[in-house]
Amino acid sequence: MNFDFSDDQKYLKEQARKFLSEQSSMAVVRTILNDDTKSHDAKLWQAIADMGWLGAAIPEAYGGLGLGELELCVLAEEMGRSLAPVPWASTVYFFAEALKIAGSEAQKQALLPGVADGSVIGCVAASEGPGEPRAAHLTTRFDGSSVSGTKLPVADGDCATHALVLVRDETCGGAASLVIVDLRGAGVSAKSVKTFDPTRSHASITFDKAPAHVLGEAGDGEALLSRIYDRAAVLVSFEQIGGSQACLEMATDYAKGRYAFSRQIGSFQAIKHKLADMYVALEIARSNAYYGAWALSTDAPELPLAAAAARIAGCEAYYLASKENIQTHGGMGFTWEVDCHLYYRRAKLLALQAGAPALWKEKLVRRLELRNAA
Amino acid sequence: MDFNDTPEEAAFRQRAQAFLAAHAEPKSAQKESLQKRLSDKEYMLAAKAYQKAKAENGFAGITWPKEQGGQGLAPIFSVIFGQEEGKYDAPAGPFTIGLGMCVPTVIAFATDAQKARHVGPALRGEEIWCQLFSEPSAGSDVAGLKTRAVRDGDDWVINGQKVWTSGAHYSDWGIVLVRTNPDKAKHKGLSMFFIDMKSPGIEVRPIHQMSGGSNFNEVYFTDVRVPHAQMLGGEGNGWSVALVTLMNERLAVGGSPGPDYKEIFDWARTMPGMEGGSLAEDAAFRQKVADWYVRAEGYKLAKFRTMTALSKGQTPGPESSIGKIITANQLQDITHNAMEAMDHFGIITDAAHAPAEGVFQQSHMWAAGLRIAGGTDEILKNIIAERILGLPGDVRVDKDVAFKDLPSGR
Repeated sequence: MNFDFSDDQKYLKEQARKFLSEQSSMAVVRTILNDDTKSHDAKLWQAIADMGWLGAAIPEAYGGLGLGELELCVLAEEMGRSLAPVPWASTVYFFAEALKIAGSEAQKQALLPGVADGSVIGCVAASEGPGEPRAAHLTTRFDGSSVSGTKLPVADGDCATHALVLVRDETCGGAASLVIVDLRGAGVSAKSVKTFDPTRSHASITFDKAPAHVLGEAGDGEALLSRIYDRAAVLVSFEQIGGSQACLEMATDYAKGRYAFSRQIGSFQAIKHKLADMYVALEIARSNAYYGAWALSTDAPELPLAAAAARIAGCEAYYLASKENIQTHGGMGFTWEVDCHLYYRRAKLLALQAGAPALWKEKLVRRLELRNAA
Repeated sequence: MDFNDTPEEAAFRQRAQAFLAAHAEPKSAQKESLQKRLSDKEYMLAAKAYQKAKAENGFAGITWPKEQGGQGLAPIFSVIFGQEEGKYDAPAGPFTIGLGMCVPTVIAFATDAQKARHVGPALRGEEIWCQLFSEPSAGSDVAGLKTRAVRDGDDWVINGQKVWTSGAHYSDWGIVLVRTNPDKAKHKGLSMFFIDMKSPGIEVRPIHQMSGGSNFNEVYFTDVRVPHAQMLGGEGNGWSVALVTLMNERLAVGGSPGPDYKEIFDWARTMPGMEGGSLAEDAAFRQKVADWYVRAEGYKLAKFRTMTALSKGQTPGPESSIGKIITANQLQDITHNAMEAMDHFGIITDAAHAPAEGVFQQSHMWAAGLRIAGGTDEILKNIIAERILGLPGDVRVDKDVAFKDLPSGR
């Protein structure tokens, strides 16, 4: 039994934590929080590119470091812990991973080296309104060469150079396809939208006959997006456990230092049991995330089920940890100056992008039925 | 990252599998369990024979030192054997507490002569041990126990009552924690003895549980004499000795205590739902199945992480405290939901009528006890908060006060 990360991977994680505590301090996160005109921290983005992280899991042939998904998982945990205000998740978990599993040789050669050096910022434009985006309801259309329609919200859509767009494909009877659009080209206008988590920017993108080319098979968009989401769900779950861990540590430190009724509030069982519940939820999330990491890194048939479990547990742990961290801090926790709300915001963002927990629970049960039928 | 055994572990697992195939029956849904099929007496004979076979084949005392008749192996091998044994209806239950908690305490604190007398028979299943700690007024706060031992020549004389003692009625020996000095502060006036359960003055009475059954006992001590030589760890050191016993408890990693997500989901296909199809098709029910799956898998995978630490030679910490919090609450929740799904029919416990032969009703009753046994949810959360997260202990009103002066309520 070796259900843990290797010493090298743990070392990478340690290095990442050190680097991010210096380069992505809360002061850095707050400059993005407080400035509506800034989508992300460009300096941090370049620093991360220089570290090679953007191409960590990209093969060397495409300009990456050629490490594996497990290395990406440990980096994800630290990125989640630090709340780094950069389009990392959109670019690395969604865009680059999508290209890796479905991109043509030409697409990979054209885009992956740019991802690795930080010049390409990717995003996924799937949603158009409340609820899961399904082919039957899509109004954004693809005519074989260009895309027209509006996508909202698109995470990192105002700073991305490229988008994966879920479209109703008129070349194959209205089935969904995923297409790649260069957002710097003609027929694209992006407008920032305010969200619950301003440390990660979002946009509304309108396409008007914007040139596009299909990723993977035409008409296979829903299935492909589902595969992309499975992979991303595992990586996001590591961000979630990183964030949950940060909340738990923050609440624990505060409970030790804050006195009420002439004693440390952490000596009250009401606080202890709250923090113990956070710990238990985090352990469940961490264990499911590790299994997702194993399935992702070995391309195991268990991945769809493991990814769903990792996502559900990650959402639950982070929500619990971020709200009870505020509660532990009392009135102070509700102020703008104390960092509790930054995690509360991020927890919600991570739980709502790429499918909310209720959707994943239904997915999980369907996958369980498939496994049982097999 | 992988789930494979090391070559040494794989070889051990293979040996364990071969042993179990030869000495136990595989678990089967079609067949009634050994314990139900046999009389109490027959079951005990089968259990003793099985334990003897384990000892003869090198599967008893896996982690114990070789000079005590153990195998001198790392804890991971004990976990591996437990995994394989769990697939069988092996009659190992009567020995769990004795070999898991009591005899290791004897090994740690008894004299060489005492060890030579007691360890072998316990290992071979010839003698069974029980643990006498809890009392009617000392459960979570076990150091508040009142059973008194008073020195009389070479003996101590014990008076008092123990409770929730598993197996007291069939045990030959027990370890008992008693108060030897009520003038000292609570934790400082305790001492541990091992005692012959057939001693005059010991009376064992079964407890009638709310579930209807009787799995535990009350044990009454009336002027019971125990030689001073059977004190373990010295006078006044009972609490430290007890901590060694309880430390061993945490290593016993349990599995699922009853129907889990798989059982309720399989069963739901046969139940009418609220949306015209089966219960398994109801959206609200499916959301819950996903939650149960995530928790059950999460706990199973957390144990794999513990095994990984063991396999690398590390000792698992108090992390394993999360196990029972998860499994006991999940059992209560699943069985509650199953009964609600049956509507009025859910009230029936009669196996002839109740769906799934009443297993959900039975387990729902049992779950209430499981959340208390071996550390309540609340105590386990205190352990997590204090030992893992490092939060301060509660304010103590019983420190530096003689035990006899402490308020005790009812």
